[in-house]
Amino acid sequence: MRHGDKVKKLSRIKSHREAMLANMVISLLTHRMIKTTTSKAKALRPVADRLITFGKKGDLAAKREAYRVLRDHNLVKKLFEEIAPQFASRNGGYTRVLRLGTRLGDGASLSLVELLTAKPVVEKDKKGKKAKIKEEETKKPKEEKAEKTEVSGIIAPEKLAKKE
Amino acid sequence: MPLPKRRHSKARGRKRRTHWKLAAPNVTECSHCHQPKLPHRVCPHCGYYNNKEVIPAEASKPAKT
Ligand SMILES: [Zn+2]
Repeated sequence: MRHGDKVKKLSRIKSHREAMLANMVISLLTHRMIKTTTSKAKALRPVADRLITFGKKGDLAAKREAYRVLRDHNLVKKLFEEIAPQFASRNGGYTRVLRLGTRLGDGASLSLVELLTAKPVVEKDKKGKKAKIKEEETKKPKEEKAEKTEVSGIIAPEKLAKKE
Repeated sequence: MPLPKRRHSKARGRKRRTHWKLAAPNVTECSHCHQPKLPHRVCPHCGYYNNKEVIPAEASKPAKT
């Protein structure tokens, strides 16, 4: 029976697990989206939600609680001033987990975790699309280089054709 | 210690294993690029999910953990 087992242990002792989740949530808040295994992605959600709730609360005590996890005053500032206000109209569930497929070496299921901020998805059609297209264009040169060096030939031409 | 009492024929073992079968993965069509993909996953060909969302997945790699 697994009654009452709320914490996913991820094959780690408590200190290791908490350190890892803290590192992951730092990456998530810094980069807005991160790629990780599906299990870790799901374990990350409550950690991120808790921090964003601190950000919405906004008082000194909440800042200190957030600092205990983030250990970075600049990131706490970013959380309280930039990220949390974007969630004013949302009560919990501040992240999205999208499954990507399996990893080559060990077959682990990979996922993308993202904060539901900025970069409007689904809603706000036209504005969202324009923003996305612009971002894609800026990213393109990097993508092409990476593909050419890695796979050259087989996948690259298709992808280029589709993106343009 | 348990020991087998009787010889176990090849056919007996093979008959048992006739029930070991592989199931084909359920493949769906991507709603954006119409390539085959696994359900409930971001399309590995175009990075779209649920028709609209662009995930700059494979190419511009998001931070790893
Ligand atoms: Zn596709």
